Amino acid sequence: MTIKIYVPIDVAALACGADEVALAIQTEALKRGLPVEIVRNGSRGMLWLEPMVEVETAGGRVAYGPVEPKDVAALFDDGFHEGKGKHSLHIGLTEEHPYLKKQQRLTFARCGITDPRSLEAYKLLGGYKGLEKAISLGPKDTVEEVFTSGLRGRGGAGFPTGIKWRTVAAAQADRKYIVINADEGDSGTFSDRMIMEGDPFVLIEGMTIAGLAVGATYGYVYTRSEYPHAIKAMNDAIAIARKAGLLGKGVAGSKYDFDMEVRMGAGAYVCGEETSLLESLEGKRGLVRAKPPLPALVGAFGKPTVINNVMSMASVPIILSEGGKYYADFGMGRSRGTMPVQLAGNLKYGGLVEIAFGCTLGSLVYDFGGGTASGRPERAVQVGGPLGAYLPTHLWETLFDYEAFAAIGAGVGHGGIVLFDDTVDMLKMARFAMHFCAVESCGKCTPCRIGSTRGGETFDKIAAGVEVEKNLALIEELCETMRLGSLCALGGMTPFPVESAIQHFPEDFGRGPKLQAAE
Amino acid sequence: MSHFEPWSAERAAAIIAEFNGVDGATMPILHEIQHVFGYVPEAVIPMIAKALNQSRAEVYGTVTFYHEFRRELPGRHVLKLCQAEACQSNGSDHLRDCAEKRLGVKLGETTADRRVTIEPIYCLGLCANGPAAQFDDRMVGRLTEEKLEALMAEAQS
Repeated sequence: MTIKIYVPIDVAALACGADEVALAIQTEALKRGLPVEIVRNGSRGMLWLEPMVEVETAGGRVAYGPVEPKDVAALFDDGFHEGKGKHSLHIGLTEEHPYLKKQQRLTFARCGITDPRSLEAYKLLGGYKGLEKAISLGPKDTVEEVFTSGLRGRGGAGFPTGIKWRTVAAAQADRKYIVINADEGDSGTFSDRMIMEGDPFVLIEGMTIAGLAVGATYGYVYTRSEYPHAIKAMNDAIAIARKAGLLGKGVAGSKYDFDMEVRMGAGAYVCGEETSLLESLEGKRGLVRAKPPLPALVGAFGKPTVINNVMSMASVPIILSEGGKYYADFGMGRSRGTMPVQLAGNLKYGGLVEIAFGCTLGSLVYDFGGGTASGRPERAVQVGGPLGAYLPTHLWETLFDYEAFAAIGAGVGHGGIVLFDDTVDMLKMARFAMHFCAVESCGKCTPCRIGSTRGGETFDKIAAGVEVEKNLALIEELCETMRLGSLCALGGMTPFPVESAIQHFPEDFGRGPKLQAAE
Repeated sequence: MSHFEPWSAERAAAIIAEFNGVDGATMPILHEIQHVFGYVPEAVIPMIAKALNQSRAEVYGTVTFYHEFRRELPGRHVLKLCQAEACQSNGSDHLRDCAEKRLGVKLGETTADRRVTIEPIYCLGLCANGPAAQFDDRMVGRLTEEKLEALMAEAQS
């Protein structure tokens, strides 16, 4: 019987040698005369184990990792092709791994299990049931189902998706668009990339449902040039879906038309801001637009447009197939459903953790993340990318929830959590926040364009010990100006990392007692 | 390894023509131009402007806005080192210093022999497998001094 072996094709696995491992397995199997079929799946999201190789057995899939080509011969010697557990890289049954077992995977239900280019596998695991349901419900009830789910924009702003859809559905126009914000530029985030590489059909299905719901016939996925593998996976999946009649005229035999394409950005962080993204999509400089008009009414190419984050849209198929209430039953307060959290940076067990809103930040860092990879004491996490606040350990009891985070002057953003150990210099990180804003500012608003540069210079003075208190007061005033005087989140939220660093780690800014180095 | 075609107005015109009728064609055209020639030559700007019925200033504005578009040929190899927070938490600053010292150029510059360009990049989405880098088309995770050394040796060979 043929032995089925899974070697991920997710770029996190490729960057750690997955292609070489796949080749080594193929070669070794040939040498031993073993009939092996290698399936290239997405990643399960246990990224410290990548490349994580799985072997299909009667009892389920057995995982090994992180595998290097040099391990392959020994793995075969130890019977890994029969799922045996002798080798030191043996992890056990994948599904039984606590990292996965403790999660509630709705959006990522299929990611890592299937070959992302197999439409058959997608359908076998519940794919396209959501679209089927949407077709039978019709546009109005489809929008209401999404409203009932309580889904809020996963890109960072947390705006209710259902309300956005209602607005676009009610707009009158000869043409409407679905635009996906896949410009995932926040450091510490990779969930959009993982879903596009690991389960691209879920995004296509979500967009098709959205098109049907609001009366849009064309969609764009705007993603980053830094994500070539995701672009390829999406393009392949779009071609397959089109061939199967799931995109184009009369999708899935219905009366609704929908087609789509992928567009690539060019290394501008600000294009993750929705109006800047639309400008870029239209071929212009990514300058932020003033709102109103809302993109829902005047969006891409001047037409009503649903613009949603990848995670929001990839959650739509399950909301339709299982019902909005099913999704809303996860979570807490006004944060309904699950959040794909990304654990990154100096963490022992970095990866993708999809979990209902309401767990503590600390449980994510410790129970899932296992603390620092360096083994040194934890000092800070940055939640929500370069515009996210730095939070000290005493705030880690905070619940992961939009409102709870807002209450401590932070945001959940796109769900990225980056851990730093005690060697981090918070003045340097605050300065970096200003520097990053200066590099990425679109230039439209003066506080962002010039303020960020002046902010960086002021931090240089503080670092040199020049009039520290006076300069810190200047920074505070500058942050106030940036927050109030910028059109978009780049200038408006750069104060989050800056001010939180000063507030929570004053000792790094020449305030309060210096931390004593451990003897 | 980069294999770029020498500038040819005919080739550029053919590329532009491929996007005839595409909405918002500027970015896809610029990407294709850079893919073929390795950079966006000055001479292509008026060609794109004419084809898309835009002013040269508009096209110029788009080209210069985006970090990704180059105005001149890069070195034979391009090494991008992630400088974002998650990689910083794993020691990317030290690796950047190593690369700058070994090659004798700063991020954003090309070595005198034009063999390698090093650039900063802000996030490759490999934040749980950092520090991360991109060497030409190849993504590299869990970058160490040894791995970096091997990449630079490969670039200079």
